[in-house]
Amino acid sequence: MSRKFDTGGAPHFPPHSTVAGVMQQVLYALVPGVMAYVWFFGVGILVQIFLAVAFALLFEWIMLRLRKQPVRLFLGDYSAVVTAVLFALCLPPLAPWWVALIGMLFAIVLAKHLYGGLGQNVFNPAMVGYVVVLISFPQVMSLWLPPASLAGYTLGPGAVLHTIFLGQLPAGMTWDAISQATPLDTIRATLATGGIVSEARESSIFGDFGGLGWEWIANFYALGGLWLIWRRVISWHIPVMMITTVVTLGLAVYLADPGSNPAPLQHVFSGALVLGAFFIATDPVSGCVSNRGRLIFAAGVGVLTLVIRRWGGYPDGVAFAVLLMNMAAPLIDRYTRPRIFGQ
Amino acid sequence: MLNAIIAITLLGSLFGLGLGWAARKFRVESDPVVDQIDALLPQTQCGQCNFPGCRPYAEAIARGEADINQCPPGGEAGIKALADLLGVEAKPLNPDNGEEKLKKVAVIDEPACIGCTLCIQACPVDAIVGAAKLMHTVIESECTGCELCLPPCPVDCIDLVTPKKTLADWRWPRPEVDHPATLTAGKTP
Amino acid sequence: MRRPPISEQLERARNAGSQLHHFHGGLRLRHNKKISCELPLEATPLPPRLFVPMLQHSGLSAEPAVKPGQQVLKGERIGYFGVKEEMAVHAPTSGTVKLLARRPISHPSGEDGLCVVIEPDGLDQWTQLTPIENWQEADPALLRQRIREAGIVGLGGAVFPTAIKVDDAHLRGIHTLILNGAECEPYISCDEMLMREQPGSIILGARILQRAIGAGRTLIAIEDQMGAVNESLKAAVKEAGADDIDIVKVTTIYPEGGEKQLIQVLTGLEVPSGGRPADLGLLCQNVATATAVANAVVEGKSLIERIVTVTGSGIRQPRNLLARIGTPIENLVDQCGGYTEDAARLILGGPMMGYALTSDSNPVIKAANCILVLSELEIEPPQAEMPCIRCGECVRVCPALLLPQELNWQIRNQQWEEVVDYGLKDCIECGCCDFVCPSHIPLVDWFRYGKAELKSLQIERGKAESARVRFEAREARLAREKQERRQRLEQKKQGLRDQADKKKKLAEAIERVQSRKDGGK
Repeated sequence: MSRKFDTGGAPHFPPHSTVAGVMQQVLYALVPGVMAYVWFFGVGILVQIFLAVAFALLFEWIMLRLRKQPVRLFLGDYSAVVTAVLFALCLPPLAPWWVALIGMLFAIVLAKHLYGGLGQNVFNPAMVGYVVVLISFPQVMSLWLPPASLAGYTLGPGAVLHTIFLGQLPAGMTWDAISQATPLDTIRATLATGGIVSEARESSIFGDFGGLGWEWIANFYALGGLWLIWRRVISWHIPVMMITTVVTLGLAVYLADPGSNPAPLQHVFSGALVLGAFFIATDPVSGCVSNRGRLIFAAGVGVLTLVIRRWGGYPDGVAFAVLLMNMAAPLIDRYTRPRIFGQ
Repeated sequence: MLNAIIAITLLGSLFGLGLGWAARKFRVESDPVVDQIDALLPQTQCGQCNFPGCRPYAEAIARGEADINQCPPGGEAGIKALADLLGVEAKPLNPDNGEEKLKKVAVIDEPACIGCTLCIQACPVDAIVGAAKLMHTVIESECTGCELCLPPCPVDCIDLVTPKKTLADWRWPRPEVDHPATLTAGKTP
Repeated sequence: MRRPPISEQLERARNAGSQLHHFHGGLRLRHNKKISCELPLEATPLPPRLFVPMLQHSGLSAEPAVKPGQQVLKGERIGYFGVKEEMAVHAPTSGTVKLLARRPISHPSGEDGLCVVIEPDGLDQWTQLTPIENWQEADPALLRQRIREAGIVGLGGAVFPTAIKVDDAHLRGIHTLILNGAECEPYISCDEMLMREQPGSIILGARILQRAIGAGRTLIAIEDQMGAVNESLKAAVKEAGADDIDIVKVTTIYPEGGEKQLIQVLTGLEVPSGGRPADLGLLCQNVATATAVANAVVEGKSLIERIVTVTGSGIRQPRNLLARIGTPIENLVDQCGGYTEDAARLILGGPMMGYALTSDSNPVIKAANCILVLSELEIEPPQAEMPCIRCGECVRVCPALLLPQELNWQIRNQQWEEVVDYGLKDCIECGCCDFVCPSHIPLVDWFRYGKAELKSLQIERGKAESARVRFEAREARLAREKQERRQRLEQKKQGLRDQADKKKKLAEAIERVQSRKDGGK
């Protein structure tokens, strides 16, 4: 008696990996860095992450409904969550709640869905969101906190929530008193007033390489990033090339003029460079396809970051550098097509 | 203020001149567009486009006298290819000229044929073999399905049939893209 | 890797096997082969009916050469194609041709095809065998003819007619024959069993093929995990006293058994795109094909049976069977103890490149190297297909160095020029990209569709071109006929005018004479 079977396409193997799985691994890799951040700068960042994720999922849901796409499938792929977390990690810990709202509006609705949704965005959505709020609200986006060890006060969770949601500090505190410039801000300000970098470095907010606390956070981001490379979620090309470019170019510029340029490792451990190298520039959708293309992309990001930091109008240039290279990615792809077998 | 205006004007003119020069210097010579258009047409020579053959239609398109959506045998794919070539918008097939049908071939019912050669004279690609008062037959592999032989036949012995498909003609089908998640994936507007 | 000049390539090809190289990408997969190698090889008993399909080769279908009611003997030819009598198909046993019917033929489309249905008479009597005596001195053309007559095809799965390949090889000049024993797809172990149990026939086949194509040496490639096979092959080589046959172990990375990848591993060279291994002076054949050649030449037996691995978690006692072509798969499954409870999918071939069959009444065909029955858990459950996130995993694993994600976009958008430009024709359909895609895009299905569309487009263009040529020829003919007619008319007119002229001249002359006469009076 012959038996009938259902059919399906090859390969006939259990599923190897899923989009949700890939995104989740990125989130796991960020955990050490976030924990270090909380250790140094308090719980404010967790509130930002929570807000960003909530708004991101809300906008994603709205857009999926409007575009008549399967809601559960796409909400469950964690891509909006990754965008939200990366965006939140660029915000000052006490930024008002509406910064996350506006940022996610531009990131999810504009940069992601209006370009076609998952897999179709030309620009990195988290960076689009960040750049929009940075340019629109420069004052709010420059109120950074010093590391916990240096602050002469503690802001409890209640105070943090009060600040973020009500937009005001608890009674008795002023922004001048509690906020402090970031290491990159400090260098910039010092140079603007005619000083040199080593003077700026004497400030207590500097640690061994980069900023106090910031360098440890960068270490943990790097740890997470290395884990991702081992798990083959990202390839080594972009982080290695970006950091190498920054170090090399930074070294050249530093040797030429040590007064106005920070040391190369200073660059690596400040700002969002390590986060950018492992998590932001490695966004596959807005980057290049081939490994050679990725090397060029990463080099471009490194160069532009340094240029903006040194001569541009903003203390940190990673976001702008990434967006500019996103624009160049299709052209780079065109000229770095790998040779095909046998041709 | 004035400096800015002068600077921008100067730069603008400089770049404009540069682009103009580059457009001339790096011009790519290509086939005359009539040949390119003709290469995309199905060569059925049926006349449904209201031109006497595919080449005249191609020439008319190149002159801008005819629209790209006049050819039923070329169908949607043909219109899209022409649109891509000429850099214009694709549009739906002109329904006045006919509709896109599956490719058919003509078959002569031999017992009924009277050997009048009218169909032989009508066939634009000489796909009918025969002579006066002798049997006529259609060479299946050369027939383009243009239907020009049907009207002249005085005994109406020519039929249009779908050519037989064998297992050797089987091709892998387009994967089912029925999941809405993939509706927008990879589609250009 | 830049391509070296052709002379250096040929030099390196001659040194095939001296050094092992790597190919790009590939996957390390779980082997799952041991379970089917525990039991020894066994022949299948004759079923009540054998259904021998006419379409078993890549290319055109054979046409039946027998009629219902006809008695046939084992090995008698029952179908072939064309004047050159290629694609030969033979009766797997002696018996009666019951009918010619359209039945399932284990075709990937799932459609029925023409089969010769044979009822065995139980005698299993061979037809008159025509071995080639003393093949060591026979004309190589005779050996190749025997291969053609015996209906031998590539038994590694591609089922390309061996005779055509060998004829072409002979014309181009081959220096090294490569026997492919690197069975890389998981679960399949038919070649391994063959190499373990009948190594002598493989060596014999290798020597015959060498003579048939004029190759100087043979390389037998096996996987580095096949320890026992290495020993048995070496012993057989020694026994045959063949000092021009070497055995090479290649690293087990799927798909190292693919022809192009194997050649890259052995020589470090890439078969030119659109070209063939013969361009490098190499010929690749599966080890089972070599055995079939040996049987055909030395014993005069045509290809009527093959080793099939019946395995998977859906089979109770996985093993390798020697099955006659045309045996329904259900008979093989019964011989292996039947299905287990969770048998969910029946696959012809391996888990990477095989295709699913709807029913086990499908027969064993020449391409059936493995019958794989998998359980629900093991097959990829229908996952929602997500859009491509351009992660680049497919690029990392592609052995053909293609950009599967770009090809995917382009095929969906029907950008056929770009598809060709980005190398779809070089895709070997190994399934590596499909396997690693996190969005579960059925890449191989898209590429197969893309190749089919390209082929259809090519055929259409060809037809359009031929129609244009005929049209222009007709126009030219009509114009010529018109011209000829006009010329004839002109000539006629001219003739009339000449006549009129003549008459006029005559009249004038007469008048002149007349007037002179008158004037003289």
